Amino acid sequence: MNRGALLSVERLVAGYEPRLPIVNGASVHAAQGEIVALLGPNGAGKSTLIKAIAGLVPAAAGRILFDGKDLTRMPAHLRISEGLAFAPQTENVFASMSVDDNLRLAAGLVPHARRAGRIAAMYEAFPDLKRQKRLLAGRLSGGQRQMLAIARALLVEPKALMLDEPSAGLSPKLVEIVFAKLAEIRASGVTIVLVEQNARAALALADRVYVLVQGRNRHEGEASALRGDPMIASLYLGGVETESAA
Amino acid sequence: MSPQVIIEGLLNGALIGLGAVGVTLTYSILGFANFAHGEFITFGAYAALAIAAVVSALVVGFGDGLGPLSIGPALILAALFAMALTAGLALALDRLLFTRLRGKSEAISMVMASFGASMAIRALIEFVFTSRPAYFSRDLQIARPLGFGLKATPNQLALLLVAGVLVVCVHLLLSRTQIGRAMRAVSENPPLARASGVDVEATIRFVWALGGALACASGVMLGLLVQIRPFMGFDLLLPLFAAAILGGIGSVPGAFAGAMVIGIGEALAVQLAGAEWRAAVAFVALIAVLLIRPGGIAGRKP
Repeated sequence: MNRGALLSVERLVAGYEPRLPIVNGASVHAAQGEIVALLGPNGAGKSTLIKAIAGLVPAAAGRILFDGKDLTRMPAHLRISEGLAFAPQTENVFASMSVDDNLRLAAGLVPHARRAGRIAAMYEAFPDLKRQKRLLAGRLSGGQRQMLAIARALLVEPKALMLDEPSAGLSPKLVEIVFAKLAEIRASGVTIVLVEQNARAALALADRVYVLVQGRNRHEGEASALRGDPMIASLYLGGVETESAA
Repeated sequence: MSPQVIIEGLLNGALIGLGAVGVTLTYSILGFANFAHGEFITFGAYAALAIAAVVSALVVGFGDGLGPLSIGPALILAALFAMALTAGLALALDRLLFTRLRGKSEAISMVMASFGASMAIRALIEFVFTSRPAYFSRDLQIARPLGFGLKATPNQLALLLVAGVLVVCVHLLLSRTQIGRAMRAVSENPPLARASGVDVEATIRFVWALGGALACASGVMLGLLVQIRPFMGFDLLLPLFAAAILGGIGSVPGAFAGAMVIGIGEALAVQLAGAEWRAAVAFVALIAVLLIRPGGIAGRKP
């Protein structure tokens, strides 16, 4: 199935406790150069799903195929070497380390001769970070932290970049800046998979969308179709939230 | 008050500091207080003693002191071997005991396990070497005047120098090298470290080995300055933890600063109030820091 996919997640079951899976057989596919958004109400398992793909939450069943390799049981740090990078949602930078050390740490996976070049390339792509390179990452603003988290993930020249709620805690203006950056990154050929609460921003950016409810696929399709479908939008991207809170 | 307190305090602080580095790193990275760390100190001292005895018996002249020191090539070689052995002991303990508990149980089970390991290692050492105090050398060293009313034996000066070099090396290792950055990363946020490509398990092993090697250095230093006995490391635990907590768990420069405060404080207490007050210093410092600034001097979170 989906022979053209760079990332194929098939019927994944995952959770922090083996007996309490949060992801219950979700499937996600992303083709080379595509932006895929995982949407859904709070508690739908989006975040756990993306962490399981990154290797931070163990998979109990199902498969994660990436670029022709089975990563299902591979430790997280080796998945990055395969070209699958991840920027977590909160605490996405090492606050007690300088901006420069955050990048140098990630550069550990890059061959020695190319490290300095990759770090310089990241400073070129994110000039704000270059100006703050000696600053402790904990002192950066929310937007700058997100940029550092993205730069850290991109440093290893991944084939795919996964982000857990890149808009979290950012002002609408900053969300726009971060999402413009993501469009730029995709233009360079990197596949992007992101989890989002901000459905409007995600639908505007993504090519395809998966809507998850209770750890399962509820709907998938072109983002453009969902953009014009108020029923689905209110059902899965807003309406359910208030229901589940009740 | 005699200025000699400074020499005593610095030496005391240096040996506490070397032990506290391992405590603060394993505490912050693994999330539990390792009570067996004291036994790494004891084991290191006895291992150096045994190896030095063998080397001096095998190689003529290696047992003799260098220049004015009572420390000879045999002991230097033995200390290096013993550091490797103690690193091995720490790794073995992690493998046999702590990896099995990691992630499966509460921190308190790890603490209890380390307490058991502490007793077992100490009892084994006592069984092999007896509880009679041992010495690296029976030579009496005469303290020489250094000016400003200070006096120190050649051994004391050499040990201060070695401790200083070790501190600088550890600092450079943590701040300038990839493994150092990995250690800081794992100590702050293990999942993010994994997502940044850090092999967390390998980093933890490195922390154990480094902590063990430095504990051995501390033990050899204590053995040279005082004596070697099975409880030497266990009795040092309170100052070690006080220094680590005073400096802020996870901070290596903090642990050294904390160790200097405790070390000089103990020397002052001995001189001003009497030797029986020595042990009170670490207690008072610990209580004070927990009341006033629980995150420690260089602590991340208040």
